[in-house]
Amino acid sequence: MLADEIKALAIEERESKTRVGACVSVCEAAGCQITGPHALKNALVRAAAEQGYGPEGCTVRGVGCLGLCGAAPLVSVEPCGILYQRVQASDASDIIAALNSPPVKRIYLDSAIPFFTRQYRVVTENCGRIDPERLEDYVAADGYLALSNVLSEMTPAQVIAEIHKSGLRGRGGAGYPTGLKWSTVAKAPGSPKMVICNADEGDPGAFMDRSVLESDPHRVLEGMAIAAYAVGASEGYIYIRAEYPLAIERLKTAIRQAERQGLLGNGICGSHFNFRIHLRLGAGAFVCGEETALIASIEGKRGTPRPRPPYPAESGLWERPTLINNVETFANVPSILRNGGEWFAQIGTEHSRGTKVFALAGAIQNAGLIEVPMGITLRDIIFEIGGGIPDGRAFKAVQTGGPSGGCIPEAFLDTPVDYETLTKLGSIMGSGGMIVMDDSSSMVDVARYFMEFCMSESCGKCTPCRAGTAQMYELLGRFANKSARPADLTLLETLCDLVRNTSLCGLGQSAPNPVLSTLRYFRPEYEAALTAEEGA
Amino acid sequence: MNPLRVGWRLRCTIAVEMFPYLKKCEPPSDDKRWEIIAATMRKLGNERHGLIETLHSLQQNFGYLDKAGLTYVAASLKIPLSKVYGTATFYNHFTMKPQGKHACVVCTGTACHIKGAPELIRSIAETEGVKPGETTPGGEVTILTARCFGTCGLAPVVTMDGDFLAYITPEALEQKLREAIERAR
Repeated sequence: MLADEIKALAIEERESKTRVGACVSVCEAAGCQITGPHALKNALVRAAAEQGYGPEGCTVRGVGCLGLCGAAPLVSVEPCGILYQRVQASDASDIIAALNSPPVKRIYLDSAIPFFTRQYRVVTENCGRIDPERLEDYVAADGYLALSNVLSEMTPAQVIAEIHKSGLRGRGGAGYPTGLKWSTVAKAPGSPKMVICNADEGDPGAFMDRSVLESDPHRVLEGMAIAAYAVGASEGYIYIRAEYPLAIERLKTAIRQAERQGLLGNGICGSHFNFRIHLRLGAGAFVCGEETALIASIEGKRGTPRPRPPYPAESGLWERPTLINNVETFANVPSILRNGGEWFAQIGTEHSRGTKVFALAGAIQNAGLIEVPMGITLRDIIFEIGGGIPDGRAFKAVQTGGPSGGCIPEAFLDTPVDYETLTKLGSIMGSGGMIVMDDSSSMVDVARYFMEFCMSESCGKCTPCRAGTAQMYELLGRFANKSARPADLTLLETLCDLVRNTSLCGLGQSAPNPVLSTLRYFRPEYEAALTAEEGA
Repeated sequence: MNPLRVGWRLRCTIAVEMFPYLKKCEPPSDDKRWEIIAATMRKLGNERHGLIETLHSLQQNFGYLDKAGLTYVAASLKIPLSKVYGTATFYNHFTMKPQGKHACVVCTGTACHIKGAPELIRSIAETEGVKPGETTPGGEVTILTARCFGTCGLAPVVTMDGDFLAYITPEALEQKLREAIERAR
């Protein structure tokens, strides 16, 4: 497809949308599939047919994540912008009947609540607004415009300069400047180069990548293609968890569609640029989120990390220069190239530009997927957007960054969210999971839960991580059944220090974080678990 | 005949005898499903890096990985059986045990953990006497755990043959399990 054809298709698609009277969108992301796949959509299609709506009068379509997963399943009605929550198949006829009258009160969801109004959508701008299984929908939302512009008007160096200017940092957790990574790979000798999209979202309690891939897969493909052009790669891999069957299905469809339209494959958009994307399934190993382990896994081996350097930018997949970025990082790229690096740099704080997608869950009123500008406070996220703690309970802590992160107590809720402040608080930005805990949660139990996770996910290659996590888990077990001695507390702290400083990869280095942060802020809970008999 | 040539052949024979995986490989039986496995390997160029994809295909078609399957894959991809076994046991997704007719997967992600996943597992162990990774004695339901489904808004979550059961209580799960066991019989 050439640039002009993309523009023409976008105009045609938008015009055909205006001809339709009403558009009922059903969230068909995994988080909304309580009623079974397509059950709700089929009920709505039937109801529309029964009430005499033709294809011009009302269309029913499946879309990606509408955000408020805690009130699933969700349905939105355009163009009036009405949202319905907890919709059952039996509500279908009422929803269709209310198309030209006031909305159904019983299931109405106010879209003016802070959950929706306080968000700033860049990565998720199309989530819930386009049909993820139609390329045309994405093109109508200015999709593939950035790619065709880049290929016809920009040199790879200009693309990298634009990413530099935007100040985008890796969204996988560590926050490495994306522009710098791209230019390192571009400069690295050796060809062909590789591009890998890390969609192995292993953190429990994180579902940003799943939602983006299920709701807007073409955005990630476009971001990867732009990255490949910038660094000079012709092969790309998406490494995705096998636990996300729907996201895999949608990615396969999207890759097929893009190849058929000449947006992937040979001679993209009439240029001389070739790029192919392959899909590789993970097999349930958390450590494969680490870049060198991920590369080993794509090569068909056990997913064990290796020491760096050499960094994948110099010698990665099949010893070729390899660019690895997270799903969300790639998803930011089309918007940056479309609106310019300066536009992106305006959002967020000085060192953390742009927005961040968070998966808000746990003891929170409005659980779901949110995207907020960097620099927003945790309090705003939890009490404004999240709507506070349900059942009249009190806030205790918020856990960010999954098993590599930490728990942040109430006293620090007013700190702005960016890479540096979260690290200073003993947690990390991580990939964006945010679990809120109320006063019924025991912090020792939470620390033990994460240690159990790290212990069983440790690949076993280096001793500090393999043996250290097991020892710490055992020690935490003593605290959990209140049989710990004071010496155990010191031992636990020593072990944390040891494992953090001597492990090979990020898994071991950050495994003590949940323990250290809970020790720092909730030490009395550990002390209360000490046994009364001294020297027992 | 060139004596060097003979030496080469002899060396080959010895190598093949020493390393059985170098032999040309035939599927363990004439089951049609082996053709799917062979097709998966062919699609990836019969290259070693296709191992994990092949194991996925094997598990999808046969339900679990057994020695015959692993030996066949090892021989076809020319990888030592020990390495294939090492890879298959490294990843949590692969199982070497036959599975029940239904699969009940309890999510143990953080959100599910603080909303009661441990109670769900405990209650299954009490009422059915089955721990995660085990199958009910009649082979009806296998209980598994998942790290996180990423559907944390619905916590605690259990899937029964892929269908999501949201905000599930131990009592409701017990009923679902009973139904599944009845269906399997």
